[in-house]
Amino acid sequence: MSNERKIYGVAALFTKPDDIIKAASKVANEGYSKWDVNTPYPLHGMDNAMKLKPSKLGFITLFCGLSGTALILMLTYFTNSIDFPLVIGGKQFFALPAYIPITFEITVLLATVSTVIAMLTFFFKFPSNNHVLHDTPYMKKVSLDHFGIVIEVSDPKFEQSKVEELLRSFDPESIEIIYHKEEIKYPIFEPKFITFLIIVALAVSGGTYITLNKLMFITPFDWMMYQDKVIPQSRIELFKDERGMRTPVEGTVAKGFIPYPYLGVDEPPEYLSNPLIPSRENLKLGKKKFLTYCSPCHGNFGDGDSRLHDQFPNPPTLHSQRIRNFEDGRFYHIITNGKNVMPSYTAQINRNERWAIVNYIRVLHRAKNATERDLELVTKETATNVAN
Amino acid sequence: MNVDYSVEEPVVHGRLSLAEIEDLVVKPLDSKPNKKFYIALSISGSLLLIGAVLVLFTFYYGIGLWGNNQPVGWAFGIVNFVFWIGIGHAGTLISAILFLLRQKWRTGIARFAEAMTIFAVMCAGIFPIIHTGRPWLAGYLMPYPNQHGLWVNFSSPLVWDVFAVSTYFTVSLVFWYTGLIPDFATLRDRTTSKIKKTIYSLFSLGWRHSHRHWLHYEKAYTLLAGFATPLVLSVHTIVSFDFAVSLLPGWHSTIFPPYFVAGAIFSGFAMVATVLILVRKIFDLQQIITLDHLEKMNKVILVTSMMVGLAYGTELFMAWYSGVTVEKFAFFNRAFGPYAWAYWVMVVCNVLFPQLFWIRKIRRSIPIMMVIVILVNVGMWFERFVIIVTSLHRDFLPSSWGMFVPTLYDIGILAGSFGLFFTLVILFTKALPVISISEIKAVSDGAQPSHHRGENHE
Repeated sequence: MSNERKIYGVAALFTKPDDIIKAASKVANEGYSKWDVNTPYPLHGMDNAMKLKPSKLGFITLFCGLSGTALILMLTYFTNSIDFPLVIGGKQFFALPAYIPITFEITVLLATVSTVIAMLTFFFKFPSNNHVLHDTPYMKKVSLDHFGIVIEVSDPKFEQSKVEELLRSFDPESIEIIYHKEEIKYPIFEPKFITFLIIVALAVSGGTYITLNKLMFITPFDWMMYQDKVIPQSRIELFKDERGMRTPVEGTVAKGFIPYPYLGVDEPPEYLSNPLIPSRENLKLGKKKFLTYCSPCHGNFGDGDSRLHDQFPNPPTLHSQRIRNFEDGRFYHIITNGKNVMPSYTAQINRNERWAIVNYIRVLHRAKNATERDLELVTKETATNVAN
Repeated sequence: MNVDYSVEEPVVHGRLSLAEIEDLVVKPLDSKPNKKFYIALSISGSLLLIGAVLVLFTFYYGIGLWGNNQPVGWAFGIVNFVFWIGIGHAGTLISAILFLLRQKWRTGIARFAEAMTIFAVMCAGIFPIIHTGRPWLAGYLMPYPNQHGLWVNFSSPLVWDVFAVSTYFTVSLVFWYTGLIPDFATLRDRTTSKIKKTIYSLFSLGWRHSHRHWLHYEKAYTLLAGFATPLVLSVHTIVSFDFAVSLLPGWHSTIFPPYFVAGAIFSGFAMVATVLILVRKIFDLQQIITLDHLEKMNKVILVTSMMVGLAYGTELFMAWYSGVTVEKFAFFNRAFGPYAWAYWVMVVCNVLFPQLFWIRKIRRSIPIMMVIVILVNVGMWFERFVIIVTSLHRDFLPSSWGMFVPTLYDIGILAGSFGLFFTLVILFTKALPVISISEIKAVSDGAQPSHHRGENHE
């Protein structure tokens, strides 16, 4: 130990717990502030001897615990009442008694984990393996069975001779002067370190590659998903066309089928008349089916302005004077039979729904060309609703 | 019997100095493992390997390899889960509840019991996951915004289980590690090996036994103990909800939470005693883990045994008193049906044999104690078997009645869980101090100041 090195502090070592308590209370009374006691285990009465204030750790526990309570209650409320409301056991969406177990668990989890993390990082400033006291003979002794007291140089009242005299007055086993460690400088381009870096780089990049390109694409045991059976899209050599999905035998008549006499006729000599009255239900149905099957090409309001515009031969607007003058039966005929590029929709839309769509097209016509009278009617109806 | 109860018995026997205590505790870490260690490790390792292979078979061929099938859909998987969770309860009880009750004798066994808690919860956690047959889907148990737009059902006891067990594991681990920090520092300061020193420095985080740190540390330890106490009671309560919240006769019962918690403490203490008897012998820790410790544990086993016995009696009484036919049938079937042998194994091992602990000589006799605690372990495993299997195997419709017969896979995986547990325990005894060095020093004779100024008295 050279004397040129900077002194960190002066330490005294004791073997009896009574002595260290006495020493600590004297040092505290002398008014020192930068000093510490190191003992292999917590000594009773040391808090008072050192004049330490009670730990404030409990406030962090309280705050984080209550945050946990609030967070988990908000999560349960959000998930089960707002994002995905589900009636379970006939209870209301936010069934508090059922959430108590989880609320309790999360409260405990956050309170305990945050207490320990706060203590280690915020209170102790850990990890700090390069503290001056580490690796000193002093540390080795207090770690085993001695009780040590250190007064640091950084204390405003520190005077080496005075401090040593004070400590000697407690009749310690030994007095040690603790020096700052010589700073060890590690060269960056050391071959060992470079090799280490290369190994780490290889391991990390290899691991990342395998994880992202191989592990992520391993199929788990999915034998229940892929079974020896024919599903609609699969090939099967049993049939000439090798299709797994079979069409009905030719001439099959579906249940409730009513033949349409002008199927395949471009310009039928007559049109059917609309059997559906434009009731609220029928219009609702028509709207739903129109938005599902017609709007992809004709647009939501029948303007022919859907997002498919210009990608196909453009579908006509349904609001031209010519089309507005079509009979109901003619719309029905076009939906049933198809026109130009438009295919027949018989497979997707049943008879009733087709007429409902026709009624809805009429609603669109009227809405696009609303008169003052229509506006009055709407206002009147809204007013009645409000009054109700 | 001339015991002076006004004087507290010394926790550490033989008036050891602090350095001697430390040497005794650290000896297994400093010495090279001997032959016995390798024999023990190879036995437990083989069991672990058998279990691991059988689990892989289960994943590959499916859960059909196990014996459980309709009507007994839950069998060994859940029996073992509840069994191991129960074992895990003693650790936190010893480290947290006895800490709050200022029971000094806990220090000798607390670290070990905490470690056993962690290992037992690991064993327990495996079972529900492998029981699903598709462990890679277990992530869906956690509430996170996923591509399905689905959330877990927070009202389901099975989801409570996930939260309870994972919280319990995390908190136990944190509690354990917090207790280990000063010991890592002590190990760091005494070791001469450079590699060991690096590892210990890393885990000690730079602890320097400063009293300014001890102040917060003790506070944190008290807080953790305060939280762990209700937590340990909540975990087995929630496990019991898995059954009690259902509408099955034999399960649908309000007695379950206290009954399960008492049973958990009972089986946990029995397991801690089983392992401690061996450890104190092998590592010469008789002076620190004394006969007094074991006697005190036996007293706890006796008390909890009677609590469990009371629960068995109450269940039978309630079945009769309720006047519900199916309820009466469920319990009659338990005691006199095809699984009556399991029921009576349970009653004899859990209620009758521990009564021998009323006798002081037996409480302090190592061989007899060893036999009884192993019987308790067996009995407690059968308790879960009885609760789960006998309640399921005879349905409301006699046409759907059936029997559960475990397959070799069931038994092998159970053995594998014991293998995992004991492998971890054996490795732990050689890797970390099995007794908290700083705590045991603090409670040894003459370790605390002798002042009597009326402050800071326990």
